[in-house]
Amino acid sequence: MTPFAYSKPSSIEQALQLAGPTARFIAGGTNLLDLMKENVARPERIIDITGLPLREITATADGGLLIGALVSNADLAWHPAIERDYPLLVQAVLAGASPQLRNMASTGGNLLQRTRCHYFYDSTTPCNKREPGTGCPARTGLNRNHAILGASLECVAVHPSDLCVALAALEARVHVRGRGGERQIAFADFHVLPDHHPQRDNCLEDDELITAIELPRPRFSRHAHYLKIRDRASYAFALVSVAAALELDGERIGAIRVALGGVAHKPWRASAAEQMLNGQPLTQAALTNAAAAALRDARPLADNRFKVQLAQRAIVRAVNQAAGRAGGVA
Amino acid sequence: MTQNNPAPASHGISLLINGEQRQLSVPPWLTLLDLLREQLDLIGTKKGCDHGQCGACTVLRNGRRVNACLTLAVMCDGDELTTIEGLADGDTLHPMQQAFITHDAFQCGYCTPGQICSAVGLAREGRAHSRADIQEGMSGNLCRCGAYSNILAAVEEALPASGGSRP
Repeated sequence: MTPFAYSKPSSIEQALQLAGPTARFIAGGTNLLDLMKENVARPERIIDITGLPLREITATADGGLLIGALVSNADLAWHPAIERDYPLLVQAVLAGASPQLRNMASTGGNLLQRTRCHYFYDSTTPCNKREPGTGCPARTGLNRNHAILGASLECVAVHPSDLCVALAALEARVHVRGRGGERQIAFADFHVLPDHHPQRDNCLEDDELITAIELPRPRFSRHAHYLKIRDRASYAFALVSVAAALELDGERIGAIRVALGGVAHKPWRASAAEQMLNGQPLTQAALTNAAAAALRDARPLADNRFKVQLAQRAIVRAVNQAAGRAGGVA
Repeated sequence: MTQNNPAPASHGISLLINGEQRQLSVPPWLTLLDLLREQLDLIGTKKGCDHGQCGACTVLRNGRRVNACLTLAVMCDGDELTTIEGLADGDTLHPMQQAFITHDAFQCGYCTPGQICSAVGLAREGRAHSRADIQEGMSGNLCRCGAYSNILAAVEEALPASGGSRP
């Protein structure tokens, strides 16, 4: 690791004063330290935020929950109110990483994970995300794990988080503080597509700190499922994942949310599929058509064409499982 | 380190390691794993991948299993740590250690300290209630010799005596 200065502020204000383009906040450190060992991240100052009062999970006025940014992934998944009201979140968290890493990793840090693209990680190769303007070897190289939706010529990386796919489906809000004040960001707007600025993963400014994630009032505690497809049974990143959440009115879909992981630079809301299914009877035909619509704009690469059909089938299976049905293959 | 960012190259920290209070001076970039192995001669904790993927460096930090390779020592100030060297009670092995011997749950042994610390952490979490739960709960510890079936048997047996419930 390249040497760096270390500070442990005792207040959010102090932490924000230390922040800047060459400094990085650290909480769990599970991704940042890994990137620093690979010389992909070379911060001059590490700001240890683990002493800040951001570890509570509290109820909000409108019946939702406010999750402090420093709540560990394990504590999030095992919190009684989360277990009771947000099973989608529990399934997604427990599908990610290993038990050791979930004990370490924070909720806020989970949003800030960087891509696991092997070219991004290998500082001997070009990478537009790591070194803007150098090129993207993944586009024509090994791209089995890469994006099929929303990519750009500059970057075909995918966001690695499971938790974020569930947060996208639940329409969480990200609470942020900077030296200029506080703001809230809709989850769909937090992460960005690569476009011509693949070095940016999200819309945070250099001096901004995630303080909390707000969950809206629970609507999907009865019908929710997180389906993760990966190369081994546990402890692997998703090839494709689906967060499906439903409100059912008999056989009719009252409301539905579908978000995909492993397919894009950000958690991918399948809005077209949701619109086709909202208010409709939940039939296999409707579901299959909606899943096809969700992937209509897919632009697969040489090694990941399989992801298009895999994602369609995963949507069908995840929605069926969320609805309490066994049906799977489209 | 940049010149306009002068900072002490070392920070004083206080750790309770395997029941022993230690005052130490560490540079901020020193990992807990390197502190244990290189400065404290606690070489039971192993360096496998050094990237949080294999679990060989698993230790208990304030009772919870973590990867020491992805933990900065400076961030452990005031913490209680238990490594494989601190699990036994004098000459009496921890039940999980004994179960690994009973079930021959290793071949080369390199992953074993991490496996045992992880299994003790798993037991204390109290979330493993079936063999499938144990398999999933031990997924952060790789064994390249492939001793998984015996590791599973050992963990299953020692879970209740280590703070968990019987599967």
